[in-house]
Amino acid sequence: MSQPSRTITIEQLNTFIADAGLHSSHLLHILHAIQQRFLHISHEAVNEVASHLGLPISQVESVVEFYSFFYNTPRGRYNILLSNCTSCGYKSGGENLLRMLCHRLRAVAGKTRGDGLVSIDETSCIGMCDHGASLLVNGMPITRLDADKIARIADLVETETPLADWPADWLRVDDNIRVITGDLTAASGKPSRMASSSTSGLLLNNDFVAGGGLHAMLARGIEGTLAEITQSALRGRGGAGFSTGMKWKFCREAQGDAHYVVCNADEGEPGTFKDRVLLHSHADAVFEGMTVCAAVIGAKQGFLYLRGEYRYLLPHLQTVLARRREQGLLGNSILGQQAFNFDIEIVVGAGAYICGEESALIESLEGRRGVPRNRPPFPVTHGYLDQPTVVNNVETFVAAAHIALCGSAWFKSVGTEKSTGSKILSVSGDCAAPGIYEYPFGVSIQQVLNDCGAKSVQAVQIGGPSGALINPAKFNRKLGFEDLPTGGSFMVFGQGRDLLTIIVNFAHFFAHESCGFCTPCRVGTTLLKNSLDKIAGGHGTQYDLDEMKRIGELIKRRSHCGLGQTAANPILDSLQRFPQIFEQRLAHGNFEPYFNLDGALEEARQVTHRDDAAAHLE
Amino acid sequence: MSAEANMTTTNTVTPNTINIDGQDIPFKNGQTIMDAALAAGVYIPHLCHKPGLTPHGSCKLCTVDIGSRSMSTSASDRRTQTKFSVDIDRRSVSACTTPAVAGQQISNDTPALNEVRKTITQMLFIEGNHLCPACEKTGNCTLQAVAYHLGMLDGHFPQFFPRREVDASHPTVMLDLDRCILCELCVRASREVDGKNVFAIAGRGINAHLIVNSPSGKLVDSDLETGDMAVHICPVGAILIKEHGYEVPIGRRTFDLHQVGEIGLEPVILAKARHTNE
Amino acid sequence: MSKIRIATTSLAGCFGCHMSFLDMDERLVALLEHVELNRSPLTDIKHCDPCDIGLVEGGLCNADNVHVLREFRANCKILIAVGACAINGGVPAMRNHFNLRECLEEAFLNGVGVDNPQIPNDIELPLLLDKVHPLHEVVHIDYYLPGCPPSADEFLSVLGDLLEGREPALPKNLLHYD
Repeated sequence: MSQPSRTITIEQLNTFIADAGLHSSHLLHILHAIQQRFLHISHEAVNEVASHLGLPISQVESVVEFYSFFYNTPRGRYNILLSNCTSCGYKSGGENLLRMLCHRLRAVAGKTRGDGLVSIDETSCIGMCDHGASLLVNGMPITRLDADKIARIADLVETETPLADWPADWLRVDDNIRVITGDLTAASGKPSRMASSSTSGLLLNNDFVAGGGLHAMLARGIEGTLAEITQSALRGRGGAGFSTGMKWKFCREAQGDAHYVVCNADEGEPGTFKDRVLLHSHADAVFEGMTVCAAVIGAKQGFLYLRGEYRYLLPHLQTVLARRREQGLLGNSILGQQAFNFDIEIVVGAGAYICGEESALIESLEGRRGVPRNRPPFPVTHGYLDQPTVVNNVETFVAAAHIALCGSAWFKSVGTEKSTGSKILSVSGDCAAPGIYEYPFGVSIQQVLNDCGAKSVQAVQIGGPSGALINPAKFNRKLGFEDLPTGGSFMVFGQGRDLLTIIVNFAHFFAHESCGFCTPCRVGTTLLKNSLDKIAGGHGTQYDLDEMKRIGELIKRRSHCGLGQTAANPILDSLQRFPQIFEQRLAHGNFEPYFNLDGALEEARQVTHRDDAAAHLE
Repeated sequence: MSAEANMTTTNTVTPNTINIDGQDIPFKNGQTIMDAALAAGVYIPHLCHKPGLTPHGSCKLCTVDIGSRSMSTSASDRRTQTKFSVDIDRRSVSACTTPAVAGQQISNDTPALNEVRKTITQMLFIEGNHLCPACEKTGNCTLQAVAYHLGMLDGHFPQFFPRREVDASHPTVMLDLDRCILCELCVRASREVDGKNVFAIAGRGINAHLIVNSPSGKLVDSDLETGDMAVHICPVGAILIKEHGYEVPIGRRTFDLHQVGEIGLEPVILAKARHTNE
Repeated sequence: MSKIRIATTSLAGCFGCHMSFLDMDERLVALLEHVELNRSPLTDIKHCDPCDIGLVEGGLCNADNVHVLREFRANCKILIAVGACAINGGVPAMRNHFNLRECLEEAFLNGVGVDNPQIPNDIELPLLLDKVHPLHEVVHIDYYLPGCPPSADEFLSVLGDLLEGREPALPKNLLHYD
């Protein structure tokens, strides 16, 4: 493992940047290479990168400071990031594994140990929610953590054992695709149970042969293929549900110097991991969907924007891309068609939930902070480099590839009128069988709970923290655009869970992930976080609840983008549906101070060496 | 415009007019709601907007509620799928970035919206260190003036008291980030008017902050000059010109003599920011 | 009719707001026909009786400030934060840029001209809070009177409203923070 060097010369830095640039000149990639090699991105490195790429120093600096996985002070040779998600987080098993690891390694969370060996910190959901508590060590996921494994990790770090020599089994990430028996064409209502036979669903049945969709498209013609996509009534699988056919049509008709296809693989919503599985086991379908889209809109270049947490999937994805080029499914003259030229580049993010918002993603693709743009104009007319761009979710492209192959009638054979086809769910939390489930749209929450083996359920969070918190009285509600739209996160909270702790977790998540562009979200998410901490600490009153409701509604209605518009959902939902979780924590009286008065005297007590009665406040 | 008229879909729409608080306002193609309003002498509170610079839409002071007689009923609009009444259907938008479209019914100067704006202004005050009595900009400060306009008496929320930097390295200009409200007027003025690129925003969330584009990160090593628009456009006291403190006494400053809602005040504000012997 | 009873105090402030209150000049005479002053630096009464209105100048910088503020809250039906320091910490809050230890060491150990350097620790002295805070972070405040200081006209406007049983409504032309 390379030693961090604090005496690096500018020449060495320059050589390194030039070498890194041979692989990819994308700002995020060069910064990642520097972070890996030197364990931080120094001010000198920022200046040199700016000079190499011909960018303003301030742009490089602002990017380094924006993304969670870039640091301007050195991290440890082992940089360990534990997920803080409610499903794959360091507290999800009941014990505080972060504290345990810090204790074992005599490290302080957030700080690099004095000898530079290790740094330990927490990070937002890493998409391993079906694997229990998980972490990233130098970018590699280790799942199924428990106290024993934490102790062994500490030993391996302390002995500086190279990551390659750690138990291979630890790095294994399973697909956990759960197969449901029963008639998939029935929307819902029929009892079903898990079994190992039968199909797993419309898209996951895995008989997709690379190139099949493209051959079918050529046979049907491009117009015909767009018509199939439109007639399938496929809607975006990220959660917002815009018509895919319409999006492609608008982009196809938009004037521009070039058109672009972008696959949004920045799956950051806590509790979502379906894209991890699709990219791992259905990458051909993803790339094929993008290629079909390219043919329809006339794009020569595509990007797959992969979240930094999934960087470990990059070699696999590059292999699939290389194979597809060899097969004539990518590159020039695809399938021998003279004018059909298209290739895909993978750009890897660096820890920023906001980049899942399509215009923020485009900003990031262009090498800037992930700040959502003003809309209109929309990406279909002014996207990447201000050119017409389609941005679709991973699952949307998979569905599109299958529709190109099998047609719209096949797709519409399941689902409901306004939500055709199937939805792939990421089920996690308190259930017997967390994992990937594919259902026809219209399935009820109760059905999913039955299938995943969830008992005595207190609540379900549909669509992740930005979605909706559902109480048992509403478990008959149905997933679909008519009722409960979802990007696929399905988090189960059993009776044993403290719901307030979960709401606090979500509030911290949003405050951490707010990009800071607009006032309501930048300040409001922090105000909500502080209010919840006050209440959870037993220092809240009815006044604080009323304030949270007022601020929450303002953020929801007045924020710039979807992050702010949904950040208050967990609080507003739980205030309405689970008021008791707040009320039972309230202090007596009408008003409680916003800070700990006695704690505020501690520094003075230390400086003056006083501890008399007057040196304290109640 | 009465509430009933708002709900009616049969009223004819005058071509190229929008309606703000019952008043028909003409607009030209390409104008935003803010452009049209200001041209017609209608004030919509704003901080990050300055005519002539690319609209930004970050401060959200110009939040207005908008409905339209030709409102979208496309199935993709999630709002239309909910079972709420017309009232809830009204969209909240930033007037400075939203194109004017014929027939828009816009609420602007209403008690509810001004309450929202007051809360947003309070957020801006408490996230920074806005100690007006100790600030040279007092009386010439647009943040303060907007707060006066909205009748803000206090910051309401607990103070964040962030520790932020002062950059006094430049011979004639100083930067006090305690007062920065992240409006990016200086960022845009430097790029779009001065033809430079002196400022940018770095970091994210509540830690977002203004940075200087220079090898050292210090103002002295940038190409900023006293005459730059970026120096004078700061609505608060984050960017100040040295050695010109309190030349105009408190009580005779811009917003001691003017209301922020007076239309056409921009040249006055900018002129006040310049000093005679610069 | 009994008089309205008012208490006033200055916490981490400069007494400038009290000086401004006295700027009412001859109008004080008319005011005192309707109000009586209880605990106040102007009367030297040391503790509050039950009062109708409390006017608190200054923010909170030490433990004693907290005790006094709580006494006011407990005894005053309507508590008004008066002036910039009471509302957001004001000039004293500029020390929040530094740790308390840094402040004390600079003032009592390392400062220019310090004789017999030592940080005072007599138990008679109230301990300093690590940060200066506005009043509304510790007790509920009913109304705010901004300005540094608020003008005599502002005091009169708000007290006038309260004396006549109205919700105070400071006219915008009197509103200023400097």
